[in-house]
Parts: sequence; C-alpha cells; structure tokens
Amino acid sequence: MLNNITMGQYYPVDSRVHRLDPRIKLILTIAFIVAVFLAHSFVGYVILAGFLFLSCRLACVPFRLLLKGLKPLRMIIILTFLLNLFFTPGDDVWVSFWIVRITREAFLQALFYSLRLVFLVAGTSLLTLTTSPIALSDGIELLLTPLKKIHFPAHELAMMMTIALRFIPTLLEETDKIMKAQMARGADFESGNLLSRARAMVPLLVPLFVSAFRRAGDLALAMESRCYHGGEGRTRLRVLKITRSDWIACGVLAVLLGLIILEGIVLKGVLF
Amino acid sequence: MHTEPQILLKDVSFTYEEDASPALSHASVTIRPGEFVAVLGHNGSGKSTLAKLINALYQPTEGNVIVCGYDTKEEKLVWEIRRRAGMIFQNPDNQIVATIVKEDVAFGLENLGVPTEEMLPRIEQALSAVRMNKYADSAPHTLSGGQKQRVAIAGILAMEPSVIIADEATAMLDPSGRKEVLDTIRMLNRTKGITVVWITHFMEEAALADRILVVTDGAIEADGTPAEIFDRVEKMQQMHLDVPPMTALADALRKDGMPLPAGILTVEDFVQEVEKILCPSKSAT
Repeated sequence: MLNNITMGQYYPVDSRVHRLDPRIKLILTIAFIVAVFLAHSFVGYVILAGFLFLSCRLACVPFRLLLKGLKPLRMIIILTFLLNLFFTPGDDVWVSFWIVRITREAFLQALFYSLRLVFLVAGTSLLTLTTSPIALSDGIELLLTPLKKIHFPAHELAMMMTIALRFIPTLLEETDKIMKAQMARGADFESGNLLSRARAMVPLLVPLFVSAFRRAGDLALAMESRCYHGGEGRTRLRVLKITRSDWIACGVLAVLLGLIILEGIVLKGVLF
Repeated sequence: MHTEPQILLKDVSFTYEEDASPALSHASVTIRPGEFVAVLGHNGSGKSTLAKLINALYQPTEGNVIVCGYDTKEEKLVWEIRRRAGMIFQNPDNQIVATIVKEDVAFGLENLGVPTEEMLPRIEQALSAVRMNKYADSAPHTLSGGQKQRVAIAGILAMEPSVIIADEATAMLDPSGRKEVLDTIRMLNRTKGITVVWITHFMEEAALADRILVVTDGAIEADGTPAEIFDRVEKMQQMHLDVPPMTALADALRKDGMPLPAGILTVEDFVQEVEKILCPSKSAT
C-alpha cells in the first residue's frame, strides 16, 4: 500500500514508451493536449482515440487503467455534459417538456466537450502511468533549467518533489502510529457527522505537523552536513539521454498534430 | 607516532543565544588521526554541540575549531571540512534524502560535483563497505533502522572522509541495530583508519572506544581510556552517568573486601578476574 502511494499511478513494466526520455514525454503530452484542443470534429477525436489506443498498446499498459484515471473526474465530466445538453441553443428539437429543451446540436456539443475532458485526462494519465515520479521530477527540472536565467528555482522545485516523495511513506507510517496512539486513549475518528469527524482530526494533525517540522529541521541539517549548497556546481547520478526512439516519438506526434490541423481545415463546420 | 592532530579544539566556547548560558565553555581537545573517541554525557551536556562544531554546522563563539588543518571559521573552507568530517545523526529517517538507497549515497557526491562516471564505482564501494550492496535499489522506508544508519554511513563514506562523527547514531535503534551500526563503524576505524568521534549515552558503547571524553554542563570533565574513566565510579555517578554494570558490580565487591583489580568493563573481564581469585590453579593453566 505504501509503495502504491509513492509510485502514484506508475505502472512498472519495461516498454518503449516507458524508456522514452521524461523530458520528451512531457513535451509530447503538452503537444497531445494542444491537439485535443485543435480537434474540430468527431473525425479528429477518432484519430486521437486511435493514437491513444495504439500508444497504450505500445506501452503495455492495460487500456482500463487509462480509463481508471477518469474516475475522480467523473462528476465534472457528467456536469459538463448536462450543462451543455440543457443550455445550448439549437433548432432541431428532440425533447421538449416544461422548461427542458434538448436539441440535436446541444447533444452533439455536450458529447464533444465531455469527450474533450476524457481525452485530456486519458492523455496525461498515459504520461504518469509510464513515467515514475522521480523521472518526472528529473524531466521537469531539466525542462525548466533555461528559466534559471530569470531566477526560476528549477533545481529547488525538483529537490522539493524528491523530498516529498521520500517522506510520504514516512509520514504515512507516522500518521498511522499517532492515530493508534490517540485511539488507544479513546479518540474516535470514525463515527459522527462530517463536522465532528473533522474536529477529531485535530489531535491527529497537530502532532503530525509538529513532527513534520522537526523532521524538516533535521533533514536540512543533515543535507548541509553532506555539503548540499543548492543546484550550483552539482552533478547528477541519473543522466538523461535523448535516443533515436525519442525522435521517432516526436515524429509520430508531429504527424498526429498535422492530421488534426488538416482535419480542422477540411471538415470545418461539418458537425457544427 | 607523532602526527598532526586531526581535530583540535582550542579553548572553544559556544552560546546558542546572546544571553543564554553557554552550551560549551572553554573546551580544549586534541584528537589524533585514527583514534576512536567516545564522547559521553547526559542530555543537554553539550555533547551534541561539540559534534556540530566539528562539522562546521556551528561556528564557535570563542576559540577555534581546527579539523584536518582547516579552521571552521573560514567560510570558504566549510565544504572542505564537511567532506572530510562526515556526520551521522540520531534519527535514521531524517537524514536520507533520496527515494532509492544508491541515489541517497550519491547525494553527497552530487553536491561535490563528482563526475557521473566516477560516482557508480564509489557508491558500490561505499555500500559494500557497510554490507548494504544488496539493497542498492531498495526504497529507504523498507529498511530497518540499523540498515538506514548503515546507508547514512555509506553516504558519508562515498565522500572519502577522514573523520566520521556519530551524534547518538544508535539512540533510536533496537539492540541488534545498535550492534550492527557500532560494528560497522569500528570496522571502518580499524581497516580504513578513519577517525571516529562517537557521541553516546550508552556506557557499553563508550567502553569499546580507545578514549573517552566525559562532557558535563558544557565542560570536559574527564579524558582518558575507558578503564581509567569507569574506575571512578562514584564520580561518574555524581555526574549522573552510569558506569557499565560489570564495573559497578566490581566496585561494590571491592568495597566489600574482594581484591578485584581496576579496569573491569565487560562480563568477560569480570569472569576472568573472579576466576583468578576463586580458583587460582585453574586460571594459571
């Protein structure tokens, strides 16, 4: 269970997609998001769906895992669908009673926008499923390095992510320990309404925060004593290299973007 | 052997805040290369302050601390000192930075700017020196306390230090973890000649050192070999320090008229001496 949390969604298998450079994967994910927004019709969506499905196969990730990422967002997706369905004006009325009026145009638009959300989530899930959090933080650091010129703390950001990942299991264990200690003294975390349950969390959170700050102080001292002095002049154990498959992946994404743009020009106004 | 001192404290005082009473006052100590020095003291005696002064985490308010020939007051030299005098802390969890063991060992090397090709062999060497090479790819939270401390030692060892300072490194461990860590440090002291400053409140651990410094209320009360220190049983107890149980037992028996010699620290010592008295013929053979 603890491993699950630090690894996030990461699905640890060895595939071509997993082995891509995290920097490239980040850029490609952004390109995919752009493609989703550029798509103008359901034809474009078919192309995007095909791309997602194929990359999923290539990554050896079960397709249902990609859809599992949608679960936390299902309310937003449903809401988007309903709002668009009821409030989009149109001529071709399908259903009409009381104040509700559903038209063909409204239905298509609702479907279109909620599918856009589905694509966005599924596309980014593919990134987190195939890239370990630590590789991601490396990728982010290196991508943001040029911003150091304008004093953007790229290294610090990545270091913070690493430390957070390192301490999540430690703090979880501690939470568990404090919870048991408080329960042994009669604390009740499970019953009561939302408010009383929230109040029951106070004796859990206060010691946890105190200990987290103490740990932070200790760690800062330990890091300093191991000669940590920021990102300057630092070398790295993990070196990222761009390989041929990274260029191929970029090529594939370029073709995808091209197709979507073409679709936008050719089919403009066909569905709407 | 006549060598330069590895660590030299010259009339050092340290005060945390302006008007607080000093955590350490007028301490002078010389530690030679390769020595295993235990620093004993109860809570708040100033022993931890001593460690942090040697690692240049603190600057002395008065006096000078010289480590491997470098004065800790010179800001430019701080990194040189910290590379040469590595420090292990009490809480095994709060000194591991990375999510994977070998990356944590690499942390110090990354900070020093060691080229990537050089890192891997140094990490491997350091991990095998503490017998943790099997765990190179493990996550720290899956290790035991003793194993985590050994990873911390490896992290320091990779920087090729001349001194290791352990600030109560065994205080939060179970007995087997404690033995694990202490054995590792003693082995490094013997085989690699690394100077060890072992800060502790466990008498049994201090008894294994070459030399003991007793710190009370910010002053160095006593300095000598374990046998010399522990024979002053009453004085130790006055300083709220325990003596090893066998030393205390020998002391009590001596007061009752049993002619036991001084310098008994372990069960083996005790058995040997008692045997000599009770059956002199047997021990002669």
